[in-house]
Amino acid sequence: MVTALAVIRLRDLFAVIMLFGIYSLLSASLFVVLDAVDVAFTEASVGAGIATVFMLGTLALTKSREKIPAAHKQVLPLLAVLGTGAVLIYGTSDIPYYGDPSNPIHHHVAPRYLEGSATEIGVPNVVSAVLASYRGYDTLGETTVVFTAAIGVLVLIGGARRPHSEESPRSDPKQELMKQYSILRLITKLLLPLILLFALYVQFHGDFGPGGGFQAGVIFAAGFVLYALVYGLDQARQIMPPWLLRIGISLGVLIYAGVGVAGILLGGAFLDYGVLDPHDPMHGQHLGIFLVELGVGITVSAVMISIFYAFAGRGR
Amino acid sequence: MTEHLPALQVVIPLMAAPLCALLRPGRIAWMLAMTACTLCLLIAALLLERVLAEGVISYAMGNWPAPWGIEYRIDTVNAYMLLLVTMIGAVVMAFARPTLEQRAHLSKRKQPWFYTTYLLCLTGLLGMIITGDAFNVFVFLEISSLSSYVLISIGRDRRALTAAYQYLIMGTIGATFILIGIGFLYVMTGTLNMLDLAARLPAVADTRTVRAAFAFLTIGISLKLALFPLHLWLPNAYAYAPSAVTAFLAATATKVAIYVMLRFFFTIFGAQFSFETMGLDAILLPLALAGIFSASVVAIFQTNVKRMLAYSSVAQIGYMILGISLVSVTGLTATISHLFNHALMKGTLFMALGCVSYQIGAVRLDRLAGIGRTMPWTMGAFVIGGLSLIGVPLTAGFVSKWLLILGALERGWWPVALLVLLTSLLAVIYIWRVVEVAYFRPAPEDRKIGEAPLVLLIPTWTLALANLYFGLDTSLNAGVARLAAQSLLGVTQ
Amino acid sequence: MQILGLYNYWIFIVLMMCGFYVVISRGNLVKKLVGLNIFQTSVFILYISMGKIIGGTAPILTETATVYSNPVPHVLILTAIVVGIATTALGLALVVRINEAYGTIEEDEIHAQSEDEAL
Repeated sequence: MVTALAVIRLRDLFAVIMLFGIYSLLSASLFVVLDAVDVAFTEASVGAGIATVFMLGTLALTKSREKIPAAHKQVLPLLAVLGTGAVLIYGTSDIPYYGDPSNPIHHHVAPRYLEGSATEIGVPNVVSAVLASYRGYDTLGETTVVFTAAIGVLVLIGGARRPHSEESPRSDPKQELMKQYSILRLITKLLLPLILLFALYVQFHGDFGPGGGFQAGVIFAAGFVLYALVYGLDQARQIMPPWLLRIGISLGVLIYAGVGVAGILLGGAFLDYGVLDPHDPMHGQHLGIFLVELGVGITVSAVMISIFYAFAGRGR
Repeated sequence: MTEHLPALQVVIPLMAAPLCALLRPGRIAWMLAMTACTLCLLIAALLLERVLAEGVISYAMGNWPAPWGIEYRIDTVNAYMLLLVTMIGAVVMAFARPTLEQRAHLSKRKQPWFYTTYLLCLTGLLGMIITGDAFNVFVFLEISSLSSYVLISIGRDRRALTAAYQYLIMGTIGATFILIGIGFLYVMTGTLNMLDLAARLPAVADTRTVRAAFAFLTIGISLKLALFPLHLWLPNAYAYAPSAVTAFLAATATKVAIYVMLRFFFTIFGAQFSFETMGLDAILLPLALAGIFSASVVAIFQTNVKRMLAYSSVAQIGYMILGISLVSVTGLTATISHLFNHALMKGTLFMALGCVSYQIGAVRLDRLAGIGRTMPWTMGAFVIGGLSLIGVPLTAGFVSKWLLILGALERGWWPVALLVLLTSLLAVIYIWRVVEVAYFRPAPEDRKIGEAPLVLLIPTWTLALANLYFGLDTSLNAGVARLAAQSLLGVTQ
Repeated sequence: MQILGLYNYWIFIVLMMCGFYVVISRGNLVKKLVGLNIFQTSVFILYISMGKIIGGTAPILTETATVYSNPVPHVLILTAIVVGIATTALGLALVVRINEAYGTIEEDEIHAQSEDEAL
């Protein structure tokens, strides 16, 4: 946790971002210690992976040194922070003790999920069950947030700044350099199928172990980002063209909401998966969670790759 | 299908948004978006009718009973808010297309994405209003916030970008504070459902954790609703966003934040805890008064008319908070009524300004010289909106000002009532500055501009006439508002 | 018990203060976003700490385990992480555009340029 303090002091933004990646990885391991494997998985792939890549992408387009802030401006923020901290210490001094099983948080709503998800939904990973079914509506909202961000980034920095008219077939010097690292290229080639396969495993195994649509989407995107970094943006664009991504961004949200509407049409409530299979509600739940996670996976991976393209394509 | 109306209210714009993103060209996407907005308005009207006739509607998402699943819970207060937001949403959507196409804020290819973002913003706002789950509020809050950052950044001026960035930072701090607050509540009660929270909180109300939760929620929501002195993001955001976006956000976004505040203070914590135990009214009252006064004064000295109206919004938010701090049925009725009336007047004013900027490309005060004669309809709507803002009798603005003064007198706080009157005079000054320039200064000789096109005037005048209509027929903005206030305070008539 | 029982929450508070301080005191737009992320991550730790039961295991139902940690905070935080990355991506996109428009990502330099425009 010293890394957070170091972030304050350092002025080199490149180092700040690297430290932030380390910090994310550390908090991910803290989450594992606290039994939150799904969360740890996500934090590691998002914080240490995708967020760092985006931030570096931004730095490449801007500057990497921070100016020294004027000293007189620091008093008020410091007071505000200390004030907030004081309220927090005040608030937590009465909070139920960490890890105590008799806390109210463990006794009201949560037990139903732990006991019920085996019989009502039939999915061993309770986090997946709560995420996709009991609180599935939150997850639809979450998918929409990601969708919003993608549209926002595309509106802001989508497409090249200048039209491609003066584009000559000259190649990027960096790309030329990359071509010399044949080992790197080979390893990427070997790793890529593994990463994508792992993403699919995470996608479809989310019911049983940690994982699910979101993590899978991010991993899938990370595989592509790696490919684009080593082989160049243009080649990545040929494999995964932007128009396909645009459809993917929308499609995932539509699948998710469509499953919800199907629930209504089949006589249940919105997002009621039980009615998807009239004979066996449990199977319906399975099917619903499967489809919904698929929607999340499609949207998230398409969004992450699109955002990466937007940042990477802006620089030229 | 009628029992699914609560879900459809949010799902229709939510599904229309990704569809819009796929459609080309912009005009077709606009048609879809407009259809979605109109449908939403219809659903909201039906819902309000049903709530008034039958009482509270509850809808269980995924058929999981609350508190395990997420519940939609519609009572008078949020049915009223739904109607307000969908109404503004539909009118401004009609207004948005010509302004977007003319000024080319966006390349043709990106125009459908504007409608997508707009629909997402609407989805987020509606979702926040309708839900009965505290965490769900946070999720939809973020949908509406993210999309409004994008909408603001589309503005032509490069300062729109910094305004959006500043709003993003402030908004995210606010949202994270709300998240901390919800977390503290959850750890003490083990539930996230609002009604369930309300039922379980009194048992643990006397702990420091719940008090800290209260503090964090108050600060977080205050950031979102731009309560003085946390309003710093608002003037720039409103001034540099495209006109249609300003009209939409000014009329809805802060209103929804105030609604969320009402929900947390009255429904979840309960009026007794919020005001008697925490003494919230003692904090809100001075802030509200200081906000009204200082923002009105600052508004007088602005040269950018949009910025002037933005400061006026900060002042108007002060009136609403003042109504809350009275903690009486009349005060609360004034707040809820002013939510509606202020949306009408600010919608009219910003749309009239949108017409002006459509024709002359600027909203600086000195550029407005003489347009009262060249653009009589536009400025006519502006004057109606302005009169309503001041609170002249026979306009909607009068209704809420009147209720507010009544509420203050009820509590015996005549200095407060006097201050409300005094600050209305400040509003007279800044509105008069615009009217004076527009009607009594000669237009520059070389300028040839005519009236704004009909496609812009019709939505503008729809809201302008609504200002007059709701000044006369107060069954909705005072009658229903009173019912809503009673239900929040738990008073039965 | 007092110290041990609240230790996790104190870590959260220290981190939260660090992140919050970076957000409101620094003028560099990218660094503000990094601060915002630290601020948010600290809140995630708060939530996850709430859900932990000592002696419990991850909430994936198996034959052997009987005590599971509370899954609800995990779900909420999954959502919050996603919201966080979405906000970050959008913020960074804004920074790129600001840099194109002003040629700098320092708040006071941008401010100075805007002042000139206003005059």
